[in-house]
Amino acid sequence: MNGRKHLVEKIMHGIFFILGFVTVACVLLITIYLIISGIPAIQKIGFFEFIFGQEWKSTSDVAKYGILPFILTSIYGTAGAIVIGVPIGFFTAVYLAKMAPKKIKSGATAAIGLLAGIPSVVYGLVGMMILVPGICEWFHLSDGASLFAAIIVLAIMILPSIINVSITALEAVPKEYEDASLALGATPEETWFKVSIPAAKSGIAAAVVLGVGRAIGEAMAVMMVSGNAPNMPSLFESVRFLTTAIASEMSYSSGLQQQALFSIALILFFFIMFMNAILNYFLKRGKER
Amino acid sequence: MKKNKLFALVLCGMLVSSFMVGCSKKETKNVLTDGSTSMEKVIGGLGEAFEKRNDGITFTYNPTGSGTGIKAVQEGRCDLGLSSRALKDEEKQSGLKETILAYDGIAIIMHPDNPIKNLTLKNISDIFSGKIKNWKEVGGKDAEIVLIGREAGSGTRDGFESITQTKDACKYRQELTSTGDVITTVSKNQNAIGYASLAAIKDQVKVVQVDGVSPSEKTIKDGSYVVQRPFIFVTKKDQKLSDSAQKFFDFALSKDAVSYILDAGAVPAK
Repeated sequence: MNGRKHLVEKIMHGIFFILGFVTVACVLLITIYLIISGIPAIQKIGFFEFIFGQEWKSTSDVAKYGILPFILTSIYGTAGAIVIGVPIGFFTAVYLAKMAPKKIKSGATAAIGLLAGIPSVVYGLVGMMILVPGICEWFHLSDGASLFAAIIVLAIMILPSIINVSITALEAVPKEYEDASLALGATPEETWFKVSIPAAKSGIAAAVVLGVGRAIGEAMAVMMVSGNAPNMPSLFESVRFLTTAIASEMSYSSGLQQQALFSIALILFFFIMFMNAILNYFLKRGKER
Repeated sequence: MKKNKLFALVLCGMLVSSFMVGCSKKETKNVLTDGSTSMEKVIGGLGEAFEKRNDGITFTYNPTGSGTGIKAVQEGRCDLGLSSRALKDEEKQSGLKETILAYDGIAIIMHPDNPIKNLTLKNISDIFSGKIKNWKEVGGKDAEIVLIGREAGSGTRDGFESITQTKDACKYRQELTSTGDVITTVSKNQNAIGYASLAAIKDQVKVVQVDGVSPSEKTIKDGSYVVQRPFIFVTKKDQKLSDSAQKFFDFALSKDAVSYILDAGAVPAK
């Protein structure tokens, strides 16, 4: 009886090991595949020409593969989304974690959860139907599809992750800290801003980095509102992001064009790995303290 | 406790065996097509009619794009590739064959409030290459022209640019990835001009005449409407189609199919 039980345990152990291994194997496979398929085009085009080239004409007779416009657009777009999204998300989180009455808090949390659950294509669609014509009218432009529209959409999309992670960080601040501050005669507001927030610093930083990761990796929604012309970025011009460069041309591409798209994916992958490394750094620092 | 473990074991077993199901060979007959999104209406109509006539044959259409469809044939992932552009020489040399199924007019579309009714082919190529930048230069109001196009590699874009001889010269404000996106965007912007497959046009946008000719079945067939392109089947030269695929191929090119192609807004080749 005992022996049989042992056997079952061993089998289960093996099965779970395999299932766990599948996840790791997927990450490894994707990394290796991206590197293998991304390197050839960079070699053919030339690293500096690829990264710093300002023109992308993938189907011309004399094709040009410069992705500087895409890189800059991705950086500007993400930075813009952070500039708009972080203050809103941060103060929402402070309000919900510390000030809000229970009823409002549970309602708002549900709404934020819903916001996180809305598929990105829906954000894109609403942006395309309302935001783009709106920008066109407000700013008296000939066309509203622009970097600005993408920044607005991205800022809204990163709100849920910033708010949720910040709330968790703020709520994890030990109650003793706040009690001590209050006991010394500080007002609740002073306590939140001078005690709770500094204590939750690393968690809030992690929230911002998570938002950056989300914004830089988003493709569908920005594709629908940014216009997709491969211009150098400018706030009210049609622009193309790293993600949308891959998504919009992949389905019809062939030869060097396709390889170059893989190279873009590789660059994007490095960006996101970099963001993840920063995220890990903040989370670790938060734990060590 | 023991029961739970047994249950888990059974579940895992089911999980593993479900991986193997996909490998067993299926004997059901099917026709796999893959390719041009512009051909959706035509192929959808034909496929439905074909399934009705032939019990037990399932018809699948993967709307991926002309380039992907051609690649799928090369790699043997589908029976028939669908392309809304003629094959390139290098593709023909790699052992592929094209059969023209129908012709499709590419409509030049504008916002319904735009007063312009007619443009010459020269006007159109000047507009899209950026030589004409304002609507008043072609008799419209004083406003900047907003060019809406498709992404590099799209069959519609390739067709449009080769007909208007604006290849690689178009200065698009927006490059969108589907016909529907182009139509929606043009319908939302008073100063926009774009192009889309005639079969997909809806009332939201105005179709402009080219050299005084409106796109229609008649004008496309007799060649007087010049902005048009072929819809083709792509097959391998040296490989026979499966029985069911051959049946569909014959049906699509037969007289019986004509009405379905017309219903979809395209013009049959035969």
